[in-house]
Amino acid sequence: MAIVSNKPIKDYEDIIKGNVWLFPDNVDTDAISPGQYLDNLEATLTHTCETIIKEFPIKVKEGDIIVAGRNFGCGSSRETAPAILQEKGIVAIIAESFARIFYRSSIARGFPVIEVENISKQFQTGDMVELNIPKAEVKNLKSGELFKGKAIHPILLKILKKKGLVEVLLSELKEEAD
Amino acid sequence: MSGKTIAEKILGSHSLSGKDVKINDIIFANVDLIMSHIGTAKVFLDFQKIRPPKKRKVFDPNKIVVLFDHYAPAPTEKWAAVHDLIRKFVKKQGIKNFYDIREGICHQVLPEKGLVKPGMLIIGGDSHTTTYGAFNAASCGVGNTDLFYAYVTGKLWFRIPQSIKFEINGKLPYNVMSKDIIIKIAGDYTSEVARYKSIEFTGETMENLSIASRMTMSNFALELGAKFAFGIPDQKIIDWLKDRTKNSLELVKPDEDASYETIYEIEVNDLEPQVSCPHTIDNVKPVSEIAGTKINQAFLGSCTNGRFEDLEIAAKILDGKKIHPNVRMIVTPASQEIWLNVAKSGVAEKLIKAGGIITNPNCGACFGAHGGLLAPSEKCISSSNRNFQGRMGSNAAEIYLGSPATVAASALNGEITDPREF
Repeated sequence: MAIVSNKPIKDYEDIIKGNVWLFPDNVDTDAISPGQYLDNLEATLTHTCETIIKEFPIKVKEGDIIVAGRNFGCGSSRETAPAILQEKGIVAIIAESFARIFYRSSIARGFPVIEVENISKQFQTGDMVELNIPKAEVKNLKSGELFKGKAIHPILLKILKKKGLVEVLLSELKEEAD
Repeated sequence: MSGKTIAEKILGSHSLSGKDVKINDIIFANVDLIMSHIGTAKVFLDFQKIRPPKKRKVFDPNKIVVLFDHYAPAPTEKWAAVHDLIRKFVKKQGIKNFYDIREGICHQVLPEKGLVKPGMLIIGGDSHTTTYGAFNAASCGVGNTDLFYAYVTGKLWFRIPQSIKFEINGKLPYNVMSKDIIIKIAGDYTSEVARYKSIEFTGETMENLSIASRMTMSNFALELGAKFAFGIPDQKIIDWLKDRTKNSLELVKPDEDASYETIYEIEVNDLEPQVSCPHTIDNVKPVSEIAGTKINQAFLGSCTNGRFEDLEIAAKILDGKKIHPNVRMIVTPASQEIWLNVAKSGVAEKLIKAGGIITNPNCGACFGAHGGLLAPSEKCISSSNRNFQGRMGSNAAEIYLGSPATVAASALNGEITDPREF
């Protein structure tokens, strides 16, 4: 079977805090989820993002947050890219911009993604970040500085709060039946 | 009020919340066609969550297309099992437009089967679904969870994109191809120039390009971030499709006063062949600057450049010659229809006699799955669309992207070569 994450989607919370991993511009889906390992969850967990930050797949911890530059997740539509980051414990990604499909797949998977201009200049790997999702506010808990991002559209925020489109659909079907 | 772009017209006509859509609105819209390949397995797994089981029905089996191109024929037992699972799902759901491993790469097969029409709103479980923009369809890639939602409901959310225009004028020089234009655009304006945006390609160069050449540009436009990538809405589209579909064909043209965020003007009279160098598609150099770079593999194929004209120009360059002994040349026609034409026309014979290896239509080499992976330190010139680090095998390998003519010329010399010399 192609890699499928069986990890349950985390419950939505308005405010989350985590340890930062700083990623560069143009992180592509092949770096996150290499084509060679699309049939192998273990290998993908071992190799994810290794070409960007060698120690990332070894040291990343549950609850960590990625702060990145522009065009995060460019390339393929493979949903294994956001899925493997969730599987690794990443709880949100804050980037200067996202590639279109990565963005919508993340929303569909209940994975918070927030766009904030120039944010990659405001953090180092190892800093602590606090993210207020509905307000699109990002705070560097080391420097105390607060940054305002682009608000998530209310329709998409609703999908996030429901933990993704699968849950949205299941509850729509249930409503029909009731 | 200004007029509408192609994207605004098509999304507006499919919107569930009224025709009058504005930039950055998020709407739900009915889709006309859904394409998925291997991702259908994930859709199947999500279907199992629906209770009771009798409600596990696709919204309309006639609006869904499934085929296998990414691991075809199955290279491992695991993928054979995935194919098996999808075959059973497709049968149970009554999906008639199922092509198994028989027909080839999705973005070539859907138009060939007459399933793509101007004005359609299409989603696909593949990023290069933008290709159908060459046929005046608004089409884009989505992930598997979005696919699942659309499989069941027939609708999905869309953001109304800004539109940008590339006005391309001039006559392409000898052995310079549409791939060179789109790589040049990537180099000049970066891989983000069209992020979230809808591209309209216009100008006399576009008018003169074949449908195949336009497909190359709408395909590669995804690498510029595009949501949609429309070619020129003209009679060529109708002529190409009319014998393949019984449906009426009506072009969607932008209003003359439609508004574009940016209009880029490009002139191609003196365009040199272009190459995307490792490891990003916008690390672009004219071929003259990197000519002489030794290569181990030349890959001619993919949804970007595996069409008849692509193999034909390569055969012309290689006719009566032998490719360099240090080079493996892998040729992958994009569909069985193309393979047959390549066989009948003598193009296949020229490629084989020159030392090329022709495979069945599939995606394997391009995305590093099977059938042409690279060892550490190896270099490949490829007509495909991505040169990300590790894309075709080893993280220590290098991928250079160019036109089919550049791939063929380079295979011949064993190093990156300007095809205008042939």
